[in-house]
Amino acid sequence: MTISIRQVEKSFGRYPALGGVSLEIKDGELLALLGPSGSGKTTLLRAIAGLEFPDKGQIAFDAQDVTFAGAAERGVGFVFQQYALFKHMTVARNVAFGLDVRKGKAKPSKAAIAARVEELLNLVELGGLGKRYPSQLSGGQRQRVALARALAVNPRVLLLDEPFGALDATVRKSLRKELRRIHDATGVTTIFVTHDQEEALELADRVAILNHGVIEQVGTPAEVHDAPASPFVCGFVGEANRFEGEVSGGVFRAGGIGVAAPGVADGKAVAFVRPHEFVIAPAGFGAHIQRVTLQGPLAHVEAVTSDGIRLQIVASRADAANYAAGATANLTVRAAHVYPA
Amino acid sequence: MSSAGIRKARLATEDPIWVKALILTLVVAFLTLVLILPLGVVFTQALAKGWKVAWAAVREPDAVAAIKLTLLVAAIAVPFNAVFGLCASWAIAKHDFRGKAFLITLIDLPFSVSPVVAGLIYVLVFGAQGWFGDWLIDHDIKILFALPAIVLATIFVTFPFVARELIPLMQEQGVAEEEAALSLGASGLRTFLRVTAPNVRWGLLYGVLLCNARAMGEFGAVSVVSGHIRGLTNTMPLHVQILYDDNDATGAFAVAALLCLLAVVTLVLKTTLEVAQPDVAGRRAH
Repeated sequence: MTISIRQVEKSFGRYPALGGVSLEIKDGELLALLGPSGSGKTTLLRAIAGLEFPDKGQIAFDAQDVTFAGAAERGVGFVFQQYALFKHMTVARNVAFGLDVRKGKAKPSKAAIAARVEELLNLVELGGLGKRYPSQLSGGQRQRVALARALAVNPRVLLLDEPFGALDATVRKSLRKELRRIHDATGVTTIFVTHDQEEALELADRVAILNHGVIEQVGTPAEVHDAPASPFVCGFVGEANRFEGEVSGGVFRAGGIGVAAPGVADGKAVAFVRPHEFVIAPAGFGAHIQRVTLQGPLAHVEAVTSDGIRLQIVASRADAANYAAGATANLTVRAAHVYPA
Repeated sequence: MSSAGIRKARLATEDPIWVKALILTLVVAFLTLVLILPLGVVFTQALAKGWKVAWAAVREPDAVAAIKLTLLVAAIAVPFNAVFGLCASWAIAKHDFRGKAFLITLIDLPFSVSPVVAGLIYVLVFGAQGWFGDWLIDHDIKILFALPAIVLATIFVTFPFVARELIPLMQEQGVAEEEAALSLGASGLRTFLRVTAPNVRWGLLYGVLLCNARAMGEFGAVSVVSGHIRGLTNTMPLHVQILYDDNDATGAFAVAALLCLLAVVTLVLKTTLEVAQPDVAGRRAH
């Protein structure tokens, strides 16, 4: 199902949470809403779910306007950050809830519900735990139950609010893969909210980056990382060194650093340089190497230029010999993202 | 060799033994003086002339009428306040609306207003000289000095017990489970019946027990509106007062002992609940 969000605005009291957001989510897509806290990503997700209603704008599922439809009518599956499992019900009753509350002909038979619960618990690899209560499960298991419960009603769209936020790093990584597997198996349009760029880039087909209630950029993980549309995206997605300087004649200069900035008008500008875009060059600017850390195939280098600007550099292990702590290395910048300031 | 090896392990938050002993002694002494001794007096006085006399005092027709009236009033007031308390706390804890703080204050009002004043309010409203006095007399409806006023006064006084118990509990639980139920297609009513209510069932029961204990024991407000008609509008606490004023100490203490027993049953039920549901007791401690 396609979801169209058109010029949605929402404020809480005097605090504007969403300031005119437009976004198209394609059928069967796995989309991440990425942004810092307070960027409006959760508000947008809740507006799609029908747990929050926009002040202005429109939300449509396919051709159907659902802007003011209640959560119960929309057919969404929502997974909450803190799971929100029904504490007084067993795991099986939790998963069955959405089918159980249906009325009349829409309600499946007891046997059909039991079969569906069984199927979903197997899908999230919790087969045999149906009789347990949520308090008897680990955090990761609870999140799986929440996922199974949301999927039980065959939702038209699956919405997840910081689904892995409360879990430890190892569980988080394995659940991430799990979500991708389940998404591929069910094919349901999925939107998840996260503030963790690594999570968004690894898991999503497309990423929408929000800041201060507006969408800064929508694109594939490669697009937002390699061709960031704004300084905010550039600084938020991936690591970057930030320089303030000036552009003249298509070249950005800050202290001894110079890099091509094609198409940027003359004047004050900011440049973002990815840590792997520094290379050793005899004619380059001098940087004092302070610390070198080896991590697997990479070397992380901390350096300071003669103007006192701190640099984060990533070099391949083979190049690590060129960087010796305490020595000075001559560097040049291969590429940078330059924006008028 | 070192003294540290012999020293008993002790929690950092634990006070020296003499402090604990002193405080405990004080508490026990105080409780004995103001709670246990008076209770003991009630029962010894009731049985002073033998249990047969006490039993007769309780079986006497006016006493039986008072017992029946007390149970009837509690049977009406407690369910009413349970339903009202559940609705009010649901509205307050799970929703945002204008005047919420005012509503909370209003619910607390019976705690801060003297029960006698509460009784007088009903006299002013429903009495012969009251706002609705003429209208009520014209239509031959009897509220004051009859069951309706006693029930109303009891409801007023025991109003806050259930709501006060449930509001903090519901606020702590938040609305995430309700939102989950709604997103799964449950209607508002179903969400309330299948998610909200079961989550507070122990707190509700606890509040109902407290409410019941107070409803059976209420004296002040009921005293003002009842009219003290023996065998008709006397509840147990009022009956005790009348017997005592008549110098019938045995009778007064016998009925008082029965009233105490009802309260003790309530307390035992409450304690049993706390043992069976440790999380209810634990949450209350916060």
